[in-house]
This record gives sequence, C-alpha cells and structure tokens, in this order.
Amino acid sequence: MLARLCKINFVATLLEVRDLRTHFHTSQGIVRAVDGVSFDIKEGETAALVGESGCGKTMTALSVMRLVPKPQGSIVGGEIHFQGRDLLRLTEQEMREIRGAEIAMIFQEPMTSLNPVLTIGRQITETLEAHERLSRDTPEARALELLRLVGIPDANRRLSDYPHRLSGGMRQRIMIAIALSCNPKLILADEPTTALDVTIQAQILELMRELSRKFGVAMMIITHNLGVVARYADRVHVMYAGKVIESAGARDIYQNPRHPYTLGLLHSVPRLDQPRKAKLDPIEGQPPDLWNLPQGCSFSPRCKFVIERCKREVPPLRDIGAGHRSACWVAETLSQGKVSSS
Amino acid sequence: MRQYILKRVLLMIPTLLGVAVLVFFLLRVLPGDIVELKYAGTGTYAPKQAIERERAQLGLDKPLWQQFLSWIWGIVRFDFGQSMWTGRPITHEIAIRLELSVELALMATLVAVLISIPLGTLAALRQDSWVDYFVRVFSIAGLAIPSFWLGILMILVFIIYFRWLPPLTFTSFWVNPKANLMQLVWPALAVGYRYSAVATRMTRSAVLEVLREDYIRTARAKGLWEKVILVRHALKNALLPVITVIGLEFAFLVGGLVVTEQVFNLNGIGKLFVEAISQRDYTMVQSLVLLTSFVFIFVNFVVDLINAWLDPRIRYQ
Ligand SMILES: Nc1ncnc2c1ncn2[C@@H]1O[C@H](COP(=O)(O)OP(=O)(O)OP(=O)(O)O)[C@@H](O)[C@H]1O
Ligand SMILES: [Mg+2]
Repeated sequence: MLARLCKINFVATLLEVRDLRTHFHTSQGIVRAVDGVSFDIKEGETAALVGESGCGKTMTALSVMRLVPKPQGSIVGGEIHFQGRDLLRLTEQEMREIRGAEIAMIFQEPMTSLNPVLTIGRQITETLEAHERLSRDTPEARALELLRLVGIPDANRRLSDYPHRLSGGMRQRIMIAIALSCNPKLILADEPTTALDVTIQAQILELMRELSRKFGVAMMIITHNLGVVARYADRVHVMYAGKVIESAGARDIYQNPRHPYTLGLLHSVPRLDQPRKAKLDPIEGQPPDLWNLPQGCSFSPRCKFVIERCKREVPPLRDIGAGHRSACWVAETLSQGKVSSS
Repeated sequence: MRQYILKRVLLMIPTLLGVAVLVFFLLRVLPGDIVELKYAGTGTYAPKQAIERERAQLGLDKPLWQQFLSWIWGIVRFDFGQSMWTGRPITHEIAIRLELSVELALMATLVAVLISIPLGTLAALRQDSWVDYFVRVFSIAGLAIPSFWLGILMILVFIIYFRWLPPLTFTSFWVNPKANLMQLVWPALAVGYRYSAVATRMTRSAVLEVLREDYIRTARAKGLWEKVILVRHALKNALLPVITVIGLEFAFLVGGLVVTEQVFNLNGIGKLFVEAISQRDYTMVQSLVLLTSFVFIFVNFVVDLINAWLDPRIRYQ
C-alpha cells in the first residue's frame, strides 16, 4: 500500500491547470465558458473531462492549446503549467512549437477536421515539417509508418488519397496518426468518437488506449459518455458551468461520488453494474446561462442537498480524501444520494 | 476525366446551335434592314428596283429557313461569309480586332486578380479594422465609378501633366511589345479596377468563411506557421468560388468593352459589335454573337476544369 502511494506520488505532473478563466464577449454580456478550472494530468495518464453539453469542456482544451476563437474569446486568467512552463506566458512563436509537437489535439468532427483539398500524406508530412522532426526517415516514410500504426489498410495508396474517400472512422484514425506524428507528451481528444457509429467508437477508443500505452502519451479524453470514462480513464474531472466540481480516480467516482452533480450524472445514465430495472433519475432543471450565473454555487438551484451557505458562497475545489477533490460544502456528508446524518 | 472533357465539348454544340437560331431570327424581327440603311446613309433617293437588286445580291430575298440553313452550313465548314456592309470576309474583320480585345481582357483580368485577391484576403484577415473598411470603400468606389469615366480622367491627366496621348492606331504585341503594353495598360487598369470589386468582396467573404472551418483549427493545432495555414489551407479552398467569378468576368470583357474601347480609341470587338448592330449587318452580328457565346461557354469549361484540378471532391465525381 505504501509502495503504491509512493509510486503514484513519484509520477511527475505533466499538465497543471490552475484557476483557468476563458471568457467570451457577446451581445448578451460576458460568457464565462471556463470559469476557474483547475486540474492536473500526470505523465502517461488518461484523464477524462466529463460534463453536460456547453459546460466548457472544449474551451478548456482549446485554452490549453491557446486556440480560443478570437476575437470574441480570450483567456482572462489562471495558469497552465506544462512541463514546468506556463503556457500562458509563452510567445505565439513558442506556443506554435508546442502545438502538434508536445501537445496534440483530436477533434470531434472527423468529416470536417481534415482539409478536403490536400492529400492524407501531405496533411501528415506538413506536421513533421513544421516541427522539423525529420531526422531518421523521410517524411513520407514516417507518414506511411504512422498510417500502418493506426491500422489503415492499404496505407501506401491512402497516402495520395483525399479525405473525402475515407469513412468517418478512417478519418479519425488519420487524425490520431497526425496527433502521434511528432511523439507528443499529451493528446487532447475532444469527443473523438461522438460522431462515429457505436461499433467504430469502441475500435477508435481501443486504438487510442493501445497507442497511448505503447508510447507513454498522456491523454485527456473529453466526453459525456460515462461508459467511456469507466473503461478508459484513470482519473475523472467532472465539469459543471465552467468549473471542475469533482476530481477523482475513475473507480472512486463511481463508488464514492462526492458532489451532488456527479451523483445526478451517475443516476441519469443506465449502468451495467446495477439491475436493469433501477430507475433512471435525470437531474431536474437546466444548467445556468454562462453569462448569468447564480450567486454562490452554480449548481445550487438544481441541487437536492442545498444548504443556506451554497447560495451565498462559491464552494472551492478542495481535497476530501486521497486523490479526491470536490467543490461542495457538504461533500463529506454526502453518500449515494443522501446526506448522512452524522 | 477524359470522358468528362469529351462530354463537355460535345455539349457545346447544341448550346451554340440554340444561340444561332435565337440570334438569327431575333435579328430579322428588328425593324429596318441593311439595304434601306445603306441608301439612307447616302442621302439619295433609291429606286425600288435598286433596293430589290441589292437584297437579291445579299441573298435576303430567299425564304428565311433557306438563309438560315446556308449560314449554318457555312459555319460547319468554318466559312463565316462576308460582312453585308463592307463585303470583306468576316473572319478577317474579326481577326484583326480579336487580338486586341483578348489581350485587353487578359490584362484587365490580371489587374483585377492582382487587386482583388490580396486586398480581399487582407480585408478578411483584418475583419472590421480600418484596413477592412478601406478595402470596402475602395471596391465599392470601383463599382460606382464607370470605367469610361475613369478612362477619360486618365487621358486628361496624361494630356495635362505628361503631354502624352494614347496612340491612335493599335500596335500588335508581336510587332512592338513595349508600345503595345504602353497603349493597353491604361484601359486595362481602368477596366480591371472596376471588375476587381466583385472579386474582392467574393475573396473576402470566401476567406472569412474558410477561416472558420474545422480544418483550419486542425492546421493551427498541428503547429503550422500562420503563413502556411493561410496559403496552403485557407486560400486553396477560398479561391474556388473566386475563380468562377473571375472567369465569367473575363468572358464578358472579350466582347463587352464597348465604351472603354471608344474612350481609349481602340478598335476592338465591342466597337465592331455596336457598328454591326446599328448597320443591321446581319452576318456580322450573327458571327459576333456566336463568337462571344463560344468564349463564354469555353471559359466556363476552363473554369470547371481548374476547379476540378483544385478540388478533388469535384474531380472524383
Ligand atoms: N464563439 C463563441 N461565442 C460565444 N460563446 C461561446 C462561443 N463558443 C463557445 N461559447 C460558449 O462557451 C460555452 C462552453 O462551450 P464549449 O464548446 O466549451 O462546451 P462543451 O462543454 O465542449 O459542450 P459540447 O459538449 O456541446 O461540446 C458554451 O456554453 C457556449 O455558449
Ligand atoms: Mg465541445
């Protein structure tokens, strides 16, 4: 036990996001898309970022890449430490050298994420060229190797093919090949399988897991599929209305959720480890508008366990156990759907 | 691809035939005919017999369908006949003017491309900044100012400040390239500026649209240089609709520069066209309409080929 703890502690932290704030200026006012997000990703770890649609998952990932759509959106505060460097203090040129080389990103829509007028081969080799990772092989040879790695049949011919000739699943494999091309330390995968058929989804996720283990790449998988979380993630960060409200090991999240929103999420999806008849119980109400957040905890209007304090003070994300953090005033007394009376 | 090209070439024939029928019969509906106009020009009294004789000579006394068939039969053999007004072969009359018109159209298109693509791209990259507003005003002004007026302005400036006047006769590029370019560059600027307006706005909106595409975000996430993203990823996609617009403008310029040719004293297709219509020179008008239609269809075809070459999605269909 002690050995295990030590081992965990000795894995270096790769990415450290602290109090990240990314806002959009719109006609309605300031949209707080990311509103004080904090989480860590360790080397080689697979983390999942989960939450309802619109809670700021994509914007968190784009903020790490410093690719928030300008000019409406901008990162207004916080720190993003990657291998000891604060990405928010880098120049645009230094950031360019990190994108694609140290941190790669895979997007949700394989059908539109590849350029229709460039060949597959070109879209891989240009990444290698941009980062001058050409020491051993020619870019073409490396591209071929990558296509084989991600399981593209007939790879040689595919190099000179255009994206529209490939299925969604194949295109997502190409995106994975591009992401891996420069041996990054971290891959941000923004709902990489949402747009794919169910059978293909599993294949792609398996492939990502296999390759990330093989090359020791850390991953952050953004998803709202808790099944994906359970199967593939080491750690889970649950987001609500622009904040991470709970972080824990994947197993912990299921067995011992410590935030009412996480609890609600778990009860609102069918689970394999519970009898099929178990009643689904969707969370009542709607997530708040990000330009008009309620005072105090933004989940309080929907929360079954709300106390007076929740409506006044925003609960901070705090340690409540080994490797378990929750942003709830009553986290300690919360267990499986009821507040215990102790 | 070979099959596609062949199909397109064969499809030109019915289109041109349709144009031929239309222009032939529409011309005959116009009031006044060439013989009357010829005599009206001389100001003398024309005896009825003389008119009849002249008409018979030009073949105008035959039934319409016979006239039409003999004209078409000539075209099939690439024999366009003689001008009814001057009596000279039409091929010769057009040939001496076509060089000038095509060269001017090419130069004006080049000017339009050189103005519109950089300015449109710049405006898109600096959307809503003063650069964007400047480009917008500049291109709207191009649309609002008639090119003949701009031409007159240019000529006035030449005369007043440089004591130089565009030459009265056309020098072929093959005879004296420098003199030729000196002569045509001014009308090309005047016309090209005007025709850059639409292409500039097209480029701007196309680049703006493309920059919002997911694959641009992918390109950024790959850590490419901004210049590469713009040229390789954005422009290659954005130029597809722009090329179509520019191609159609070019086709129009070959036959449509009536007023500008007048201002700059150029003897081109546009001028020939107007003269032929006012003289009811049937054979000449018919041939000119066929020619300009052919240019339109052909340019359209070339534009489609370029688009297919740039966009694999079209190519593989
Ligand atoms: N260009 C924009 N202008 C204004 N607001 C925006 C813009 N892009 C995103 N937002 C806001 O930011 C919030 C977070 O968006 P984000 O895309 O990160 O959500 P998400 O968690 O990824 O959702 P999904 O699961 O639907 O992908 C959204 O609620 C949205 O309203
Ligand atoms: Mg998203």
